Amino acid sequence: MRAEAAAGNAGSPARHRGRPRPATALPRLLPPVPGTGPVSLGDHLAGYGPLPRWRADGAWRARLIAEVDRARLAGRGGAGFPAAIKLAALARARGAVVVANGTEGEPASAKDKVLMARSPHLVLDGVVAAAELTGAREAVVVAHPAVTEVVAQAAGERRRARLDRIRIQVLPAAGTFVAGEASAVVRWIEQGVPVPAWRPVRLAERGLRGRPTLVSNVETLAHLALIVRYGADWFAGVGTAGEPGSMLVTLAGAVRRPGVYEIAIGTPVAQVLAAGGGPAAPLGALLIGGYFGTWVDARQAAGRPFSREGLAGLGAGVGAGLIAALPAGACGLEQTARLARYLAGQSAGQCGPCVLGLDAIAGELAALAAGTGPDLGRLRRWIGQVGAGRGACKHPDGTVTMIASALELFRDEVAEHMAGWCTGTGGAAALLPVPGAVPGGAA
Amino acid sequence: MRGPAAGPRDRPATRRLLVDMTACRARGLCAEVLPELVALDDWGYPIIAGRVPPGLEGQAREAVRLCPRLALRLSR
Amino acid sequence: MTGAALAAVAGSQGLWLVSRASGLVLLALFSVVVVLGVAVRTGARSGRLPRFAVAELHRNLSLFAVALLVLHVATALLDPYVSIGWLASVVPFASRYDRAAIGLGAIAADIGGAVLVTSVLRRRLGLRAWKVIHYLAYLAWPAAFLHAITAAGYDRHVWWVAGIEWAALVAVATAVIARLLARLRPERDGAAPAGAAGRAGMASRAGQAPGPRPRAAAASADHGERHAG
Repeated sequence: MRAEAAAGNAGSPARHRGRPRPATALPRLLPPVPGTGPVSLGDHLAGYGPLPRWRADGAWRARLIAEVDRARLAGRGGAGFPAAIKLAALARARGAVVVANGTEGEPASAKDKVLMARSPHLVLDGVVAAAELTGAREAVVVAHPAVTEVVAQAAGERRRARLDRIRIQVLPAAGTFVAGEASAVVRWIEQGVPVPAWRPVRLAERGLRGRPTLVSNVETLAHLALIVRYGADWFAGVGTAGEPGSMLVTLAGAVRRPGVYEIAIGTPVAQVLAAGGGPAAPLGALLIGGYFGTWVDARQAAGRPFSREGLAGLGAGVGAGLIAALPAGACGLEQTARLARYLAGQSAGQCGPCVLGLDAIAGELAALAAGTGPDLGRLRRWIGQVGAGRGACKHPDGTVTMIASALELFRDEVAEHMAGWCTGTGGAAALLPVPGAVPGGAA
Repeated sequence: MRGPAAGPRDRPATRRLLVDMTACRARGLCAEVLPELVALDDWGYPIIAGRVPPGLEGQAREAVRLCPRLALRLSR
Repeated sequence: MTGAALAAVAGSQGLWLVSRASGLVLLALFSVVVVLGVAVRTGARSGRLPRFAVAELHRNLSLFAVALLVLHVATALLDPYVSIGWLASVVPFASRYDRAAIGLGAIAADIGGAVLVTSVLRRRLGLRAWKVIHYLAYLAWPAAFLHAITAAGYDRHVWWVAGIEWAALVAVATAVIARLLARLRPERDGAAPAGAAGRAGMASRAGQAPGPRPRAAAASADHGERHAG
């Protein structure tokens, strides 16, 4: 095992003294023993080994970034953007700053919270790695309020141990949905206002306090911490050829044990659900990715690999790693209408088409769900107008994508509802969380 | 996200009319000046149909100047 | 012949006349500019004129008014009969002659100048700075109006002069009321008050509870039933 791993790492610039974990074993990001509470710094270094010795020359950075590129690390925040490209863009800049995005505005997703709560040091390792690779001297970690304290304490541990050359600041995130958007995080740090900004100039050129800024999801950074230690070959020990590595998924809805699980990318969807105890009831549909994701037929999806490539055929993507299971009896249109109303309420309120458009769409969907004669033509027109990428962020676009996929998948139900019938069990309990919903149903 | 950046030779000759939707208040002057390019959605907000052809560049500049909210910008 | 005419115009009476005449036209013009400004902002359709045309008219008339203002001030300063120092044309209440009246005019002129400069530099200054100065126009007009009725002196008693002054007052007052009403009414463009108007719309169309639905095989007798969220 050791020789194998060593041989695998012979070409890797990441030399280390500790024993690498087996490449094929899971979990990698989360501690092997389930429990509560964070892994301490000592245990963390014992388990993963020390970080590589950082150097400041461009050639060394370029080699490591090339390793990240070889590992094909894709962003885990939902967009799936190649991490190496982001790093390379910032490595060219001066005075860069790293922002670790642990906001996790998606209410149904818990992976970032769990990651920060259990493996804060791995996340911070990644933050430091990103900073060292881009020449940044400081980093800001924006963490969900539920786990800010844990991350701050971990940062304190590292400071006392004088582990890093980078100054790390930990801030609580705002609790809203759009607060997780990259420019919203930057504005939150700068002004305490968690709304996206209309930026004709990208964050990589001018972001936090006018400096080139790398905004990266905390899970992406955790994977980065593994790659700089063990190399791309080790990283590819699990996953597919096109998409190596592991990822965190959140299982929600009608599964026996909802929660966060770490899977190898490319694991068949049914197997992923099995990790959570399997379906709690025969399933009708799955919402894959997040609240901006895609509704897919559960049976069709079951055999598909959970990867970008595997899901592309269904018109879906891995997104933020959410798989929400809808039982066959539940009404998908009702759930969609609930989500639409929540998402409409979560608009930052800056752009007319989003504020007014999502509100109108949510209203029409509510009428559809209730069978009270919505205007489908108008709804489709609005969907075309609102989701067209005109605003400061992709909030309406993502919402509309999810809604369009629902109207497509639940085609038959739409026809039924238009006729005033619903064959689903009405009033399905809150399958998917919508914080701030008005009790009594008017969510 | 965006694909590989286009090189200088690949860049199209036409410019883009960009709307800062956070500043826009659906006053509608741009659609009056540039109906060939600007349509209004159900709430009066502009939908830009493609790039600005060279012939309309003058009018596009007018629209940018006339916007009472300074919400328009001509790219590059 | 021309020389004598010129001499007459250049004579004290001439300058004073031009000053008063331009002043009256200026008052009318300024009033129209304010009304047009409100019309642009509230989207009121001036007949069949599109909004951009109203905006351009507002802008062009105000530029013309600035030119006329220069004439108005210049002729008043050049007039040897009354001694108004040039300083008093920009510094309010610095004139020895008719201090209050001229002072008011200076205020209006100062604000007008600021509005002109900020409008020319609007893109560079940004919307907020431009707006703050532009709103001062609501102060400039009353100053100009009061200047007109106090400085005009016995002209006021001429019926058509008084008529113009009254018309101007009524026009601007109407415009201001319209502007205030537009602010109170939720805007069609609901994004402005931090989405409050949009949210108000949302409240009135709040998502209905997924309501009662007749099952495929059952009769539609349970319309009144409400299911929990």
